[in-house]
Parts: sequence; C-alpha cells; structure tokens
Amino acid sequence: MSAPAGGQPLLRVEGLRTWFPIRVGLMRKLVGHVRAVDDVSLEVEAGRTLALVGESGCGKTTVGRSILRLEEPQAGRVWFEGEDLLALDPVQLRPYRQKLQIVFQDPMASLNPRMRVRELVAEGMRSFGIGADEAERTERVASLLERVQLDPDWMWRYPHEFSGGQRQRLGIARALAVEPRLLVLDEAVSALDVSIQAQILNLLGDLQRELGLAYLFITHDLSVVRYLAHQVAVMYVGQIVERGDTEALFREPQHPYTRGLLQAVPSADPQRRSLEPHVLGDVPSPADPPPGCRFHTRCAEAFERCSREEPSLFRAGSGEARCFLLDPGQEGAPAGSPSGPSV
Amino acid sequence: MSVALEVEDLVVSFPGVGERTPVVDGLGLRVEVGETLALVGESGCGKSISALACLRLVPRPGRIDRGRIAVGGREILDLSVPEMRGLRGSEISMIFQEPMTSLNPVVNVGGQVIEAIRLHERVSRSAARARTLDLFEQVGIPDAEERLDAYPHQLSGGLKQRVMIAMALATVPKVLIADEPTTALDVTIQAQILQLLRDLQRDSDTAILLITHDLGIVNELSDRVAVMYAGRKVEEGGRVDVLAHSRHPYTEGLLRSMPALARPGERLAEIPGVVPPPDEWPRGCRFSGRCPRALPHCPDQPPASTPLPDEHRVWCHAVAEDVAS
Repeated sequence: MSAPAGGQPLLRVEGLRTWFPIRVGLMRKLVGHVRAVDDVSLEVEAGRTLALVGESGCGKTTVGRSILRLEEPQAGRVWFEGEDLLALDPVQLRPYRQKLQIVFQDPMASLNPRMRVRELVAEGMRSFGIGADEAERTERVASLLERVQLDPDWMWRYPHEFSGGQRQRLGIARALAVEPRLLVLDEAVSALDVSIQAQILNLLGDLQRELGLAYLFITHDLSVVRYLAHQVAVMYVGQIVERGDTEALFREPQHPYTRGLLQAVPSADPQRRSLEPHVLGDVPSPADPPPGCRFHTRCAEAFERCSREEPSLFRAGSGEARCFLLDPGQEGAPAGSPSGPSV
Repeated sequence: MSVALEVEDLVVSFPGVGERTPVVDGLGLRVEVGETLALVGESGCGKSISALACLRLVPRPGRIDRGRIAVGGREILDLSVPEMRGLRGSEISMIFQEPMTSLNPVVNVGGQVIEAIRLHERVSRSAARARTLDLFEQVGIPDAEERLDAYPHQLSGGLKQRVMIAMALATVPKVLIADEPTTALDVTIQAQILQLLRDLQRDSDTAILLITHDLGIVNELSDRVAVMYAGRKVEEGGRVDVLAHSRHPYTEGLLRSMPALARPGERLAEIPGVVPPPDEWPRGCRFSGRCPRALPHCPDQPPASTPLPDEHRVWCHAVAEDVAS
C-alpha cells in the first residue's frame, strides 16, 4: 500500500466544531447548543492507530461522525489526502466516502436484516464500481469473508444468523470491501466478551499490517487503547484535554483528568489492588460547560485561574495537555511541573 | 464465620427443543458473612440467572428444577410467596446493571426508598424520610435533600445507581446480590461506586454476591472467585489463587485474552470459537470443544472437582491428571 505522502498525516482535523441546537416548544425556539465537539484538532498517520478516548457524552463519537460528514460541523477543516472534506459538495465527496469507512459498536443496527451477507458486503463495491461484474464481486465477497475468518459459504445467510463477534467480522468485511485507507472504529469491540474481543483485536492488528490501514479507534476502554494505539487523544466535554504517544501518555499522564481516568481503571493484577476514586462527581453537561477549564469542577489541583480562563493546549512531555499547570508562564505553577525542556 | 448465602446443586431450566434445557446445571455457591464472592463468566454462562434464582426471580418460562438455596440458614425454595416477598429487601437485596429498569419512572426517588423501608418496617413516613436522607448522604448523593424529590430521569447514570444501592441497603440486608453493578457506568463513576460498596460492606458486614464479566472488578472487590462456563462452575478459589495461579484452561484463556495484561502490540491469546448454545452443550466437560488441553474422554465425562491447596478447586480432567502424577 502507498506510503504516507511526504510525512504528512493521512487525516488532519483542525478546529472542528459540531454543536447541536437545543430547541423547545411549538415554535422550536432556539435556547442553546450542546457543544458536542468544540475546537478539536487531531492527526492520524497512514497505517497507524489514533485512539480517541473519553467517557460517555464527551463528544468522541460526534468527532468520528463529523469527519465522515455523517454530522455537519459548523467550523473546522478535515484534511484527507490534501483535500478539505468539509469544503466539498456531495459529488466531490463521493470518492472520499470510499476511502473512509466506519464500523459501529452494534453491527446489527448497521446491517440491513433483510439482505443476505453477500449483498451486504457487495453493496458498497457496486456503488463504487469495484469488480467487473456480479460473478467477480461474489468471488471478492468470498475472499473478504475468508479474510475476516468467516466461512465463505455463509454469504447466503442473513445477519441474524450470526453471533455478536461474527457480526463484527461482517461489519469489518463490509467496510474493507471498498478498499478504504482509514477505518473509524466506534466502540467496535466494546460490547464483546473478552475472549471474542481478543479475536477481533488480533484481526484488526493483522489487517493494519497487511493493508496499511489507518484506524481512528473511538473507545472508553483504556486497556484496549494501551494495547493497540500508537497515539492517544483524551476528550473531556467536547475538547481534547491531552494528546501524545500512547506509551508516554500512559507512563506519565500530564493532565489531571487523564491521571484520574487511568487511576480509575480496575486492574486484574492481584498484586495491584489500590483503586481509589480520584475524580469525584459527575461529568458536566456539554450544553452548559463550566467556565474556564471544563475540568476544574472535578479537579483536585484546580486553582483560581482555572475557573476564570480557558486553557489552551500546552506542550507537555512528548505531547500536549490543556492545563494551566503546564503553562510555562503560570506563576505559582508547582515547581517541577512536567513542562520539560522541549518547550 | 457463618454462611450468609448457600446454594447447592441448583438446576434452572428453560424450554428447549423437545425437553427443557438446563442453563444452570448443578451449581453450588457459599458466601460467608462479610465476604464478597465474585461469580464470573462471559455472556450466556448462566451467572445472571443464578443470581435471580437466589431471589426466586427467575423469569418465565425459566424454572428452578432442583437444588437448595439458603439465606441466613433459611431454605427459600420452601417459602410461600408472601414469605418470600418479606425476605426480599429485608434479608436479601439486589442491584441491577441498568437502574432505569428497576426504578419506577413516575415516583420520585426519595418516595421509592421511603416505600421500600415502610414495606418492611413499621415506621412513620417522616422517620422513613429521615432515614432515606441519611442513606442518600451515605451513598454520596450530593444535595441529597433536593434529590429526594427528583424523578429517575432527572438523575445521571451514576446517581441512579447510587439510589438503587441506597434502596438495596435501606433495610440492611444480610445478602446483597450485585449484577454487573457498574457495567453501564464510566470508569470515574465506577471507581466511586466500587469504593462505596467496599465501605458499606466494611460497616455492615453484608455478604455480597458479585456478578461480573470484568476481571478487574473481580480483583478490586472480591475475596473469593467462582468461574462459570456454560451453566457449570469450572474453577473456584481465593482471589489471588484464581487470578494469579489459575489452573482451569478456560480461566487461563480468559486472563490471557485480556488486553490489559498483554504487552502492547503482542498478539493476544485467543480462545478459539464461541460458547455453544445450551442445547449443544457436550455431555462431559462443556469447554472441551474449545480447550487446548482436551483429552479424548473430556466431551463424554463430566469432570469431578479436583481440590488444590487453600480450597482452590478446578473441574478439569487434564488438571486432575496433573495432580495425580
């Protein structure tokens, strides 16, 4: 597969904003916005995995949907192979719909129950003109099913005849059918039992190595992130609060929220049994985010400036974090705050 | 130590093709006072049905065919329906995964807990209200007084789960059954709820039967662990024995397939195939079809229990041979 063009990332998102209007009453009066995605920037390199993590309602799913223009963002740019997808009209966008595919958490909800597997997988091929004729497409369906470790003879079955893990394999085969370069995987392994999850994670790893696929892996499950992602972006109430290389971020999380999130993951290692809640209270509503830093209402390290002013992303370690403790100009930032010599 | 909950040779069946199919088949469990036993397994292993059986709440057309269940020494399968109703909530309570399905959407949450208290005790409404307020504060509901009048839909998932726990504890049950109590919650909220369950157990010596698929939560909360596969127990023992020195090939496979315990990028160990449906369970060991250590007689002969040190037990022919040799 083709190498990344001149070190450019395959996908670069800049300043993405997707707000949803809140309307009430008969006249549908506009009373506010749910700021689902509020100034999000991220990059995915060809053949690599970026994990977008956060708790429910943080906006991670809306980021994925906005990149594919399943939602219409109000601002920002989505650069893919040098083209801003948000500036394209539907006709210009069509070829990119082929190159970016999505796999959902519940494949059943995205698979038409009245279509046989062969049709489900071949549908996209036909609309993008892949395969010379139906016979060739049938052959391709067979080899795709084999590729995701399903019996090719099952192409004449209906999706309800498959188990959860098998349906997720189908969802992946369907996405691969149109030869994409990037897959958005939205909680794609979250509903699976751990033994089945392992099978799907191994399959995703194999496919990435063989086909050079890039993944935007959207999840709340941090142990999966550490296992498979090259880079991580952590979201909180519509914003990215920290991003960086996976290993560094897990070893030395810079943002208090990331630290709290990592400390809250129960470990199955019997030598470690020390879970204590460090982040208290509930996630604020994205319709009414707190002023200043959005995390300050739950942050044990918050100080006066945090409720007054909104932090930007500061360089921290090998990545970036949205926290005043990392602002080199912050007076009284604790000594030895990990802003590093690279700033 | 005295036994708070004891289950022996429990069989729960559902109508299948032809005859009834047992989905829980000869299960035995023992939870001591003040202890947490985790019942672990993947979807369809029968862990939730076993939990419901302990409250005699197996949904129709399911049925308890055989066995005995004792709560605080009382045989519950012999009780009349009104007697059983009296026991639920006072002696044994349950927290479900999805609080919305067990909270009444048209009654405020305070009212529901007050009602639960007054169902079991003769106390005035105002006394019950005062106790509810206490409970809400104890389970960490902020602005508890205001929240008494809130309806379930006005509360977040974490707060609803706290209301459920407050209700389950309103009458200080001897046994608390927690079925995936944090599965629907975010990790930061989950950490708060786990802490809460630990504190409550320390203060009231409640026995907890924890149903979960998450081995991380097992490690955080349990004293002992029972692993279920296809309706039967396959391994049982102390937390450290099962998690660090598991012997059954299924438990080993589960632990090795966890991304949390793998090195990044390294291939995860897979358990090949899927759990077969109940009407296709083999006569012998039910894991035999997926087991890397299966012996020729495994599919035909149900394995007996092999005792290991410290009341660690495994139901596996291959382990039995290891121990014998």
